[in-house]
This record gives sequence, C-alpha cells and structure tokens, in this order.
Amino acid sequence: MIQIENVKKSYTDEVAIGPLNIEIPKAGLTSLIGPNGAGKSTTLLMIGRLLDLDAGQITVANMDIATSKSKDLAKILTILRQENHFVTRLTVRQLAGFGRFPYSKGRLTQADEDIISKYIDFLDLTALENRYLDELSGGQRQRAYVAMVLCQETEYVLLDEPLNNLDVARSVQMMEHLKYAATEFGRTILTVLHDINFAAKYSDRICAMKHGQIAAFGTVEEIMKPDILTDIFETKIEILQGPYGPIAVY
Amino acid sequence: MVKNVMPQTAGFESIQTRHHSNKLWTWPFIAAIIAIIALGVISLFTGVYDIKGQADGKEMFFTTRVPRTLSLMLTGAAMAMAGLVMQLVTQNRLVEPTTTGTIEWSGLGLLFVYLIFPAPSLLLRMTGAILFSFIGTMLFFLLLRRVKLRSSLIVPIIGMMLGAVISAISTFIGLLFQMTQNIESWYIGSFSNIQIGRYEYLWIIVLVTVLIFICADRLTLAGLGQDVATSLGVNYNRIIFIGTALISLAVGIVAAVIGNLPFLGLIVPNIVSMFRGDDLRSNLPWVCLLGMGTIMACDILSRVLIMPFEIPVSLILGTVGSVVFILILLKQRRSKRTTR
Repeated sequence: MIQIENVKKSYTDEVAIGPLNIEIPKAGLTSLIGPNGAGKSTTLLMIGRLLDLDAGQITVANMDIATSKSKDLAKILTILRQENHFVTRLTVRQLAGFGRFPYSKGRLTQADEDIISKYIDFLDLTALENRYLDELSGGQRQRAYVAMVLCQETEYVLLDEPLNNLDVARSVQMMEHLKYAATEFGRTILTVLHDINFAAKYSDRICAMKHGQIAAFGTVEEIMKPDILTDIFETKIEILQGPYGPIAVY
Repeated sequence: MVKNVMPQTAGFESIQTRHHSNKLWTWPFIAAIIAIIALGVISLFTGVYDIKGQADGKEMFFTTRVPRTLSLMLTGAAMAMAGLVMQLVTQNRLVEPTTTGTIEWSGLGLLFVYLIFPAPSLLLRMTGAILFSFIGTMLFFLLLRRVKLRSSLIVPIIGMMLGAVISAISTFIGLLFQMTQNIESWYIGSFSNIQIGRYEYLWIIVLVTVLIFICADRLTLAGLGQDVATSLGVNYNRIIFIGTALISLAVGIVAAVIGNLPFLGLIVPNIVSMFRGDDLRSNLPWVCLLGMGTIMACDILSRVLIMPFEIPVSLILGTVGSVVFILILLKQRRSKRTTR
C-alpha cells in the first residue's frame, strides 16, 4: 500500500501541490490522470523519492520514503521517468541487467541472468537483446527501460508517461504488458497517463488530479462519468459504452 | 497481444546459455595486449643515446628508458580513464580533462605551490595539482547542473571557457611573479626529462584504476542519469563525488609529473565506446590498454620525427586529438539527422 499523508510541495507561491491524502492499495494498475500541470508527475516523483517533500509523509509498504535507505527502497519500489536525451551505449541486456543491481551489486548470478532473460522475453526484446540502445527505435528503447524496471522485481512500479512517443499499436502493447505484470506478476503499478481511454481500458483504479489536488479516486466505473471528467479537464466530455468498457468522447 | 507468456515453457536451455556478451578475454584483447607489449619494447629501444654501443648503456637504459616507458603506460591509462569517467558522469561524449578545465586548474594549483613554497618537492606540487583539479572539476559539475541539455556542445564549450579563464589567471599570476617559464614549460607536456626518482608517484594510478574498477557499475549507472541511479538504490551525489575525486587524483598526478596532455581522454573512450559500448566494468581494461598504446605511439613519433631532437608529445596528441574531436562532432551531427 502507498500511503500519502498531508504531502505538500510548492514551486512558487502560485504553483503548489497538496496537501495530498490518499491510500493506493496493493496490487493492480492505478492510473494518474489530469490536465497538464495538475501535479501528476510531481506526485509520482515524490513517491519514487526523486523529489523531496516540503511537508507530510509518504510510506510505501510501511517504509517511510524520507527516512528509509535508498538501497533498501530499491528492492520494493522502482520509478521510471520519461526518456532522457543522452543515450548510453549499453545493450538491451546490459541495461536490463542493471535492474538486478540492488540485489547483485553488479555481480550477476545465474538466477539473475534467468530473471533478466525472463523479462526480456516477456517484453518481446529477445531478438534485440544484444543491440545497443542507440540503435533502437524510441518504442523499443522504452520497452528496454521497462524491462530493466521489471528486472528489479519490486512490488511497486511507478511509471511516468510510459506511452510518451509511442504510436497506438505500441501503446496498446505496452499497456497489455503492464496489465499482465500487474495481474500475473502481482505488481502494484502506478502510472501517469495522458489518454483517458487508455487509463479506462487498462486500469483497476484511476486517480484524477487537478490544480495540485486529488480531484477523484476510484474504480474505472466511478471515475469515467461525464460530470467528473468534464469538471477535471474543463472540457465537455461525454461517456459512451464501448465494446471494452466506457469511452470518453470529447 | 502478450505472446510469449512465461519463459519456463519456452526453451529452457536457451535461457541458460544466454548471458552478457561483453566478455573480456577475447582474441582481439589478447592481440591488443601483444601490440602494447610490442610498442613498449619499441619505446624502450627508441632514442638518441646508443644503449647497446656505449659502456654505460645498461645503466642509461634503467635510469631513463625504463622509467619513460613505464610512465608513458601509466599516464596513458590515467588520462584515458579520466576521460571515460568524466564522459559517463557528465553524460557527454566531448568531455575530458582538457575540455572541462581540469588540466588548467591543476596548472593553477602547481603555480600556487610554487608561489607559496620556494623550492617545492614533487609531493607538494602534486598535492596542489590534485586539490585544485578537484575543486575545478567539482565547480564544473555544479555549473553543469544548470545545463538542461547535457548532450549538447554547450558542455565542452563551458568547460573550455572555464579552462581559458583559469589559464588566463595562471598567466597573469605568472607574469606578476615572473614565473611564466614555469607555466610555459608545464603546458607542453613531455616525457623527455623522466628518469628514476622522478616518476614513481605515477604508480598511484594503479590504485586509482582499482578503485574505479570497484565503482565501475555505480559509475555506469550514474551515466544513465540521476533518476535511474536513485531508483536502483545508488547514492548519485556520492558516486559523482567519488568519481570526481578519482579523476582529480589521476589528472593531478599526471599534471605534476608530466604536464599537460591534451585530448587523450577524448580519443580513447570514444573509440572504445564505438566498438564495445559504455559498460564501464568490461571496458576499463580496453580503455587503459588503448590509452597506453596511443600515448606510446605518439611518444615514439615525437622522438623519431626530428631525431636527434624531440617534439613534445603534447603537440602530437593535440594534433591527432583535434582531428578526432572534429570527427566525433561530425558523426554526432550525422546520427542526429538520421534518427530525428
């Protein structure tokens, strides 16, 4: 369980986030949605200890993010941000292998190698595993990073806009993989998504943010309502019932 | 959509045989070692003094030739490693001790030691050079935190500007206290006056190499960025600090004993990265070897080109290095055009 209590973060006087109070239960896929500047990424970064809190407390699996050792947290929690500009020349397999760093400290055992192989296969990267990252397309590289994050075998996986720069087919594939990791590998996945319909189709829960506050939190059916979404995005949004569940139309 | 579900059901043998492909003891590596040994032997027997014909030839061989070849190997490895670690830490391929001002800072450090102590020992000079290069490199890294686009040309430009300012300060102080000769001779790094008793501190580089090897994976992770490193439980600021300290140690020692050796840290890691990627642990032996080879080849050239005189090795390194620098720039621009 991720518990967020009275968390605040202020950038300037006008731009401030919180106080946030929320409990995200274990297991399943939770999506953070909301307009630009709502504080989704900031919240994710704070949970992932990449950004300090100004006030409040965050605990993940009963470990306080602020006081726990980073190397201990690395075994229960991992966070992946959007891709950065610099592309290190590592092979897909080397990158994924670094996901085992919290356990192996660089000395990979056979068990580590098996785990790495498992997630490389899972993400359809088997044929690419010895290719360098700078020789891959954006989507392939994104999958390689997700493989690394899964290799870390943490209970909690935080992803900041994993569908960024992916086309529809790649986005569907990525979400299928994440959904599978959540249900079959029992991971608790928290992800920032921009597309409401992707969130609706694949999430177990949706957390909607607006103006640095949590506007709504609940199951897909509870959040995918025209009045709630219209209010959050300040845009007229209708809900249709599609073959795979509710669809937002705007 | 998710096709291959669990790997246990897929071929199990195929998993067992799969591992990291970057093996060290390959035939090219053994060939490289043999080439380095050969270069070492050539280096030992290159020179004006006839060590076979003269009566004291053997003595000369051990007081000048052996120390010279050893110090070439040690400095070559040190500068190449320093470049490699810097490139990882800054996430920029054009960074090395001469494009970050590190060398200029150690020059300033040397100058300060000369100012404060009348006839400083080598140990004192070295300490000054190490301290100043550490401060300078740290300052550069702090400045870098303000730069958003780490992979850009801005990074080496900032570094070179910083270096130019520092060397201007050095020159000014030198002029003020009539020590320009010290600076000028220092800026032309050369191995011509290496002999027994003057190079032994370079052995510390072996220790630095071991320490870098121990931190290798953490430094590679630092190269993936602060977020990735933190997420994997690595203390990013600490590893940057350790990396900087190790670079400064290596560069400071070389600066005090040999002088300014430009571009070695740029050429070698880039060539290794092209062929073997950026995994520091498996690349470090290659980088060390190639660093040794490059500087020995340049030094042999410097000794034979205008025999019986010697060209400073830094001149040859500078010429070769600047060409490689431009080639890397052009290659970067081309790859950017194809991927975007």
